[in-house]
Amino acid sequence: MVFSKKPLHFIIATLIAFLPLINFANPNTDTTAVEKQTVEAEAHTTEHNSEEPKDLKTEIKEFISHHLLDSYDFHLYSYKDDSGTENHIGFPLPVILWDNGLQVFSSSKFHHGEHAAESNGNFYRLFHGKIYKVGSAEEQIKLNEHGHAENVKPFDFSLTKNVFMMLVVSIIMFLLFTNLAKSYAKNGGIAKGAGRFFEPIILYIRDDIAIPNIGKNYKKYMSYLLTIFFFVWFLNLFGLTPLGVNVTGNIAVTACLALLTYLITTFTAKKDYWGHIFWMPGVPVPMKIILAPIELLGTIIKPFSLMIRLYANIVAGHVVLMSIIGLMFIFKNWLGSSLSFVLAFALSLLEILVAALQAYIFTMLSALYFGAANEEHHHDDAHH
Amino acid sequence: MEKLIEQFSLGLFFWQFILFVGLIFLLKKFAWKPILDAVNEREEGIKNALLSAENAKKEMQNLKSDNEKLLAEARAERDAMMKEAREIKEKMINDAKVEAQTQGEKMIEQAKAAIESEKNAAMADLKNQVSSLSLSIAEKILKDELSNKEAQTKIVEKMLDEVKLN
Amino acid sequence: MTIPNIVGAGLIVIGAGLGIGKIGGSAMDAIARQPEASGKIQTAMLIAAALIEGIGFAALFAS
Repeated sequence: MVFSKKPLHFIIATLIAFLPLINFANPNTDTTAVEKQTVEAEAHTTEHNSEEPKDLKTEIKEFISHHLLDSYDFHLYSYKDDSGTENHIGFPLPVILWDNGLQVFSSSKFHHGEHAAESNGNFYRLFHGKIYKVGSAEEQIKLNEHGHAENVKPFDFSLTKNVFMMLVVSIIMFLLFTNLAKSYAKNGGIAKGAGRFFEPIILYIRDDIAIPNIGKNYKKYMSYLLTIFFFVWFLNLFGLTPLGVNVTGNIAVTACLALLTYLITTFTAKKDYWGHIFWMPGVPVPMKIILAPIELLGTIIKPFSLMIRLYANIVAGHVVLMSIIGLMFIFKNWLGSSLSFVLAFALSLLEILVAALQAYIFTMLSALYFGAANEEHHHDDAHH
Repeated sequence: MEKLIEQFSLGLFFWQFILFVGLIFLLKKFAWKPILDAVNEREEGIKNALLSAENAKKEMQNLKSDNEKLLAEARAERDAMMKEAREIKEKMINDAKVEAQTQGEKMIEQAKAAIESEKNAAMADLKNQVSSLSLSIAEKILKDELSNKEAQTKIVEKMLDEVKLN
Repeated sequence: MTIPNIVGAGLIVIGAGLGIGKIGGSAMDAIARQPEASGKIQTAMLIAAALIEGIGFAALFAS
């Protein structure tokens, strides 16, 4: 099917023009939804685990926020069978806690947050994706007036869904690239199979990211740059699969990556780098004193912006994509639902681009920072 | 911001750090180093092959120009040799001509001299013979004349007459 | 989210959008002028856009 450009624009414009009509055509349902939401919120604070019927919008909202968070089991999907009991398809992952000794147990003990788990006489409960300690199997989480839990949080080193996914990606990467490395020896210096696709990317990272930004010392950073590019890219892509494991949209993950970039920048920095931070050449002395704290702060802001950028891009992409998918169920009419389907499809394509772009940006900026740390300035030239 | 800090999970951070650092070192040892080495090697190989091809081309060109030079030299040598031969030939012919001429002239000269001397000898001989003959004739005549006195006186008279007349 | 927060977030988005738009527009101009340098221009554009985006996101989360 071939659309010429103008009619396609026209169709989209018309559909968007019709959108408000669909949305606000029956305001009665909307107000009830709000009422229900408030009722639900009240119910939420009093009895957390109760199985009250939920409004569709809140359900979608909860689903999205649940999706964005880490979880203790690998959950594929849930359904209600004929008798009305909820079935969850997936597999549990081990929970590892440090609470007066190591506590290891399967997350299946939580029964998806419905029960308290028991380990060596200690009881734990899930609340909003976090584990809290409770006194006994029947005790509920105590909440303060903001709806936050007041119970003690034990140190949590569980192999959660995100950790599991990282493990999977690590294994995939390891197999993929060791295979590529082996295929060179076997085929006389020519890549074979999937490596044919990845080899140009590796070369691109070397020739267009590392060498122009770092310079002649690029070799010692190559391992990090390649690993981080493929790690972020693969995790971004896995986040877009129906499994929907939102690993790179997790602040702890991006913080770790950014911290590594910061550490490598700091520990491989040459004298000139610190010289430029603490005593900027080529400016008057009062300016040097003013610039030093700003530059020092800049070194921290750089990895911080790396962290926030990756996190926010991925989270924003997931939220928008899932909201549009959720709209399909809210509209429940052929025009709005099909429109949001088309939108979701287009957005998925965009997200695939963003997945690669963010990995590229992260690698690129890391290389840029390494390059700044490695640069050898010629101050005599800089004054001209 | 508070939401972010609340979301931050130390366990995830911990596992991420361990997994990622481990992955970097594992991949560095088993994947990136061999891959980059292989790629570098291949690039070097391509570069070398190109370079050697270029060199071979240059060598070929050199050889070709050498050949041409040799050919030209040979041609020039041949030309020079032919020229020389021609010159030698001409010179020989000339020499021969000159020699033949001088030889001929010399022979003619000799012949002339010989003829002259022969002629002189013959002339001298002839003169001698003529003189002896005339002497002998004169002797004979004198003898005849002086044998009778009358005749002698007659002659003397006659001669005296002749002198008087004069 | 309070009203000032929402307004602030809106302002941030407007600012970041204008900035990235300007970068993109200038990059397009530059590519049109020098198509052979498009690779370098794209890289520079992405870096500049990423920096603005980073600041924008940081401000969004702070608001």
